[in-house]
Amino acid sequence: MQPALLELKGVSKSFGALVVADNIDLRLEAGEALGIIGPNGAGKSTLFNLVAGLLRPASGTILLDGHDVTATPAEARCRAGIGRSFQVPQPFGSLTVFENTAAAALFGAGKSPAEVADFCADILELTGLIGKADRLAGGLPLLDRKRLELARALATGPRLLLLDEIAGGLTDAECQTLIATIREIRRRGVAVIWIEHVVHALLAVVDRLIALDFGRVVAEGAPDQVMNSEIVRTIYMGVPA
Amino acid sequence: MLERANPVSESRVGEGGWRVVVGTRLSRIAAIVAAFVVVGLVVLPAFASRALIQDLIFVFTMLALAQLWNVLAGWGGLITVGQQAFVGLGGYVLFAATVLAGLDPLLAIPLAGLFAGLVAALIGPLLFRLEGPYFAIGSWVVAEVCRLLCAQFKPLGGGTGTSLPNVVTANMWGLKPVQDLLAVRAPVARDVIVYWLTLVVVVATIAAIYAFARSRLGLALAATRDSMAASRSIGIRAHRIRYGLWIVCGVATGIVGAIVYLQKARISPDAAFSVTDWTAYVLFIAVIGGVRTIEGPVVGVLLLWALQHYLAQFGSLYLLLLGLIAIVMMLFLPKGLWGTFAERADIHLMPLRRRLRRS
Ligand SMILES: Nc1ncnc2c1ncn2[C@@H]1O[C@H](COP(=O)(O)OP(=O)(O)O)[C@@H](O)[C@H]1O
Ligand SMILES: [Mg+2]
Repeated sequence: MQPALLELKGVSKSFGALVVADNIDLRLEAGEALGIIGPNGAGKSTLFNLVAGLLRPASGTILLDGHDVTATPAEARCRAGIGRSFQVPQPFGSLTVFENTAAAALFGAGKSPAEVADFCADILELTGLIGKADRLAGGLPLLDRKRLELARALATGPRLLLLDEIAGGLTDAECQTLIATIREIRRRGVAVIWIEHVVHALLAVVDRLIALDFGRVVAEGAPDQVMNSEIVRTIYMGVPA
Repeated sequence: MLERANPVSESRVGEGGWRVVVGTRLSRIAAIVAAFVVVGLVVLPAFASRALIQDLIFVFTMLALAQLWNVLAGWGGLITVGQQAFVGLGGYVLFAATVLAGLDPLLAIPLAGLFAGLVAALIGPLLFRLEGPYFAIGSWVVAEVCRLLCAQFKPLGGGTGTSLPNVVTANMWGLKPVQDLLAVRAPVARDVIVYWLTLVVVVATIAAIYAFARSRLGLALAATRDSMAASRSIGIRAHRIRYGLWIVCGVATGIVGAIVYLQKARISPDAAFSVTDWTAYVLFIAVIGGVRTIEGPVVGVLLLWALQHYLAQFGSLYLLLLGLIAIVMMLFLPKGLWGTFAERADIHLMPLRRRLRRS
């Protein structure tokens, strides 16, 4: 069997007594798009931190292209092709929008200084930030900070893009633009894992959906199948199974 | 340093017609003016009084220390109050190498830098486990430990310290030629040599920091300071860059310390590891002028020099006044004199921003 782009085998993590990842198995093929839903505190963002390498699992293994990266630090995982956004934006506030993406292009994507201008300009155009390229990132409003999260993650030249709740607070029109942007990213061959509460946006993009609750995968499969499953309805509507 | 310091620099036009611009007309003019100023400073000993030369030695050494602190704390977020460890060690290595081992002072200076860098490399992994204020306290503790160790070192006078014997500087390399060149006595020639050394060190420090801040590594360092987690997530080896910077700054600070004590010709643990002299003043210079700018510390050191010139006679009142100025500045002008001015007037003599332009 061809190794998957990303594979998690029995990954677990706790903060003290709180189990945030409970024996998670997951497989993602190159170019695939996976959606993750689940209530607040389910462990969705923690899962991203485990995949991106900012946290180490207590047990289990994480494979990228079939190579064990469980002990690989975040910076090396980025260079190996994992780009991520943060749910709470973490811009480099003292740098400009362009410089934020330039750092990602130089260090994450390994671009040469000569390539950086065009490469980043393309990404800033795609994410609607080109008009603000010279602004300090620290002074951006929340929506632009979220756009910058996406732009900076893209500038690392990922094969796997992890998006953490980037659609919240968007107007309908903005949401449509975001959907189009992520489709375009997919068209360029990038695999996506997207955590999102705005379910209709998610369903417009992903091939597959998983639902997390208390650190466990409680449902997995085709998007409508998962959305209609009893367990997800129970979690979201409070309807007893 | 660690990786190729590849500047993301001016006028690289790509296929898509975008380019990155850093320099401005003003910055190019400023660079030319600065070059003339440096040339002027090189030939200054031919005209200037010995008192002015000695003052400028103080100005240059303090400026070099302030620039080094600025790059560590301002750009790197490594807020240290323990740089006196490296100043003191530099001074002590100079004394040990010249007095005990009989080396020429000019050889002892780079040796002092290497030793300080070695100590920085050894204590770095320990200190870097601490964050924020704990890092600051830790750096101060390290300096205190160094002071106590040097106070135990009997061959250099233990706690009371020692003086540099005349023979050490009397036979110093370059002394005779400078004496002949300027037709001055040996003590004056020694001052001139130290003056030139400090000039070289401060110009090299500023040039290196400017090149670094504009390079890809400088960009990475700023990113690590703003968000460690995000910087690592975009592929920056944050810990390595900080560690490398820490060592390089240790080397440079040790070199400055050695030159300072060659000039003073007398060393004691309390003076060499003084937190007031080598950290408080240095912080004052950087904070007053403007942290995270290269022009700021230049403004700051000139202000300190002026204050010292006019107010030093008031003793402890002078220190009180310095503290007061620093507090008022931090409250009302946190970006410092130059930093505030540069932002309001949008004037940058040494610009660092990379601007995206369409050709
Ligand atoms: N670094 C941490 N230390 C302790 N608890 C944490 C930490 N990070 C997250 N948590 C807790 O773990 C749980 C899962 O968090 P998170 O993964 O952010 O949830 P989600 O993204 O699904 O809303 C929450 O209860 C949160 O408070
Ligand atoms: Mg979350």
